Amino acid sequence: MSKKMSGASSLVQSLESAGVDVMFGIPGGAILPAYDPIFDSSIRHILVRHEQGAGHAATGYAQVTGRVGVCIATSGPGATNLVTPLADAAMDSVPLVAITGQVPSAAIGTDAFQEADIRGITMPFTKHNYLITDPKDIPRAIAEAFHIAGSGRPGPVLVDIAKDALQKETDFVYPSQLSLPGYHPQIEPTSQSIKDAAALIAQSAKPVFYVGGGVIKANASKELLQLAELVGAPVVTTLMALGSFPDSHPQHFGMPGMHGTVGAVTALQKADLLITLGARFDDRVTGKLSTFAVHAKVIHADIDPAEIGKNRFADVPVVGDLKHTIAALIPAVKAEFAKGRADLAPWLASMNKLRATYPLGYDTPQDGSLSPQYVIERISALTGPEAIYVAGVGQHQMWAAQFVKYENPRTWLNSGGLGTMGYAVPAAMGAKVGAPDKIVWAIDGDGCFQMTNQELVTCALNNIPIKVAIINNESLGMVRQWQTLFYEGRYSNTNLESKRVPDFVKLADAMGCVGLTCDRPEDVDAIIKQANSINDQPVVVDFRVFRDAMVWPMVAAGTSNDDIKIAREMAPDWDSQEL
Amino acid sequence: MSTHTLSVLVENSPGVLARVAGLFSRRAYNIDSLAVGPTENPDISRMTIVINVESHSLEQVIRQLDKLVNVIHIAELKLDDSVQAELLLVKISATSKNRFDVDAVLETYGATIVDEDSESLTVEATGDAAKISDLLNALERFGIRELAQSGLVAIERGSGSLADRTLSTQSIPTADSGQADYQN
Ligand SMILES: Cc1ncc(C[n+]2csc(CCOP(=O)(O)OP(=O)(O)O)c2C)c(N)n1
Ligand SMILES: [Mg+2]
Repeated sequence: MSKKMSGASSLVQSLESAGVDVMFGIPGGAILPAYDPIFDSSIRHILVRHEQGAGHAATGYAQVTGRVGVCIATSGPGATNLVTPLADAAMDSVPLVAITGQVPSAAIGTDAFQEADIRGITMPFTKHNYLITDPKDIPRAIAEAFHIAGSGRPGPVLVDIAKDALQKETDFVYPSQLSLPGYHPQIEPTSQSIKDAAALIAQSAKPVFYVGGGVIKANASKELLQLAELVGAPVVTTLMALGSFPDSHPQHFGMPGMHGTVGAVTALQKADLLITLGARFDDRVTGKLSTFAVHAKVIHADIDPAEIGKNRFADVPVVGDLKHTIAALIPAVKAEFAKGRADLAPWLASMNKLRATYPLGYDTPQDGSLSPQYVIERISALTGPEAIYVAGVGQHQMWAAQFVKYENPRTWLNSGGLGTMGYAVPAAMGAKVGAPDKIVWAIDGDGCFQMTNQELVTCALNNIPIKVAIINNESLGMVRQWQTLFYEGRYSNTNLESKRVPDFVKLADAMGCVGLTCDRPEDVDAIIKQANSINDQPVVVDFRVFRDAMVWPMVAAGTSNDDIKIAREMAPDWDSQEL
Repeated sequence: MSTHTLSVLVENSPGVLARVAGLFSRRAYNIDSLAVGPTENPDISRMTIVINVESHSLEQVIRQLDKLVNVIHIAELKLDDSVQAELLLVKISATSKNRFDVDAVLETYGATIVDEDSESLTVEATGDAAKISDLLNALERFGIRELAQSGLVAIERGSGSLADRTLSTQSIPTADSGQADYQN
């Protein structure tokens, strides 16, 4: 059944047909025709203050709900402002659809006012993208965009639509079937790959589960818990996987990588088998690749075949949706174990001892000032594991990864792959829109906060009461830490002076938020409780913390994980460990 | 270092060449040549890509290429099971004095003269890379003024067709895609 309407109405009806309930955006000339039917639509449109905010908000929404996040912008500068969040979403496999207006088709290629080749610009970091110049193509492009963004390995899809295509009259028919001859993600793993993986697991005396963000994308946490308990091996969860396996579980060894725990990093290094689930051997996890887990065979399960063998050879590749893969592995492993399995006891004993010897910790500042790690620990303790935690990028991000206790998937959001400063406030906004009944804490840096805090205005005006903890160390702390360690303490351009300017309390107030400040350890709990009790307004807390705190442990970039340091120039005492 | 010929069937849609070229460039894969043209099916084009694989495995290149939504099918064409050809157009200095020698060379390689004036001849030849390079060597002594060369195109030997075997018309119900809330 077809109906006559404008391309713009066809776009909005297509979005409704795709199940969109909310989108984040800013209008402008080229997209303006679409904003007229948006006015009457059932879709909630949230008017942001910067298109980057729209993109990260769509990401926050998607990461919390598992649905496709949607953002919308005009041509030229509106579209280029989406570049960072699209690249961010591509790196972290976030399902997004971005709609952009384009100059009229006759003007394309003429350097028209506000023309930017956004399809060309975003090719490297979209899963797919479209330029639509004929209104009859709109419904199909939208339907395909949602299918591609949300299925297989999720990712961002951009649909750029010429203004005249929005204005012209067209027949609206939302397709009931799609034909994408070049797109067939493999969902079911082959039975042979499952058998081979199960056999390796039964033979292994030193297995480790190396769990990545794919487990969360596949909603496979329950299955992971079953498989992990069946095998009994240590579980490490990467930065993107925190919450996929409970931190409180006795098999959990924490986060591996550059700022991972000694237990997690060493378990990978000493393992004879990595059971890799939805992880991609990123350099922040492997350290110097040639020295990473050199004794280990690798089972690599992922929905994206291109990840397999990209960085590390896989002895057993398993391509498929992880929910299906892990579910299939459980009976296969049971069957192998019935025939016999290697004894894990010595391995577990030595790993448990190592983990107990080197727990995460931090020094309390000597001068009585506030410890950033303590603040984050208390936010977690007083808010609990049902809340959602969203970080920026820097030291505070690593501390939030280390010191918040995660028990549930989709409760930890951060920019892992691209490392996008400015992610936290808008992503927290999107998260709160997706999960309005949950407490959402953004744990942000004073540097990051100053990149995107204007979205607090959006939050204040649209009843999106998020909470922001600014971990104010008055510097670009992570960069400063590298300067301390690798540039003889020459602090070139990392001093933000943000205990002086801006006044974050006044700034919060000016943006319609409650502004609080805290610089004494004894006030921390009361302030957090106060913030948690405010539910009708966004809250910003300026935690003025010790400037020289550092993130430990650390594996310096490009070095081997075997050279992990637990503090400056301090390696674990390997000799006292029997590994 | 090894060279491989990939025959890639792509949807005949705008931007597909940019997608493929962009992928090769951003992943630092080396392309020796790339030729695009129509196929028997107007909706599908064929790209013949010759790549030099050194630091990346051929498998990695194929898998990354396969992730492009517009790429329908990729096959490696081995020398033994395929016919491969390039097109050469070359302008050489030729006068009445050396014309006899030139003709002899052209005859050996089955090359033809497609244009001539008093000082030069334009020669057209097709063949695999070895033949084309031998021909160029043989013509060198006459003086090469200008040359234009196409990328390699290749096709599988025998009666089969890549498109027949790969074009599934499987369609996806839109109701299954998109917006279901997650269940852990
Ligand atoms: C957009 C962007 N620019 C620059 C960087 C490099 N960078 C990484 S961490 C960091 C410092 C962040 O400072 P702040 O937000 O105060 O966090 P802190 O490390 O102090 O906790 C910088 C500049 C980045 N990741 N992203
Ligand atoms: Mg800082």
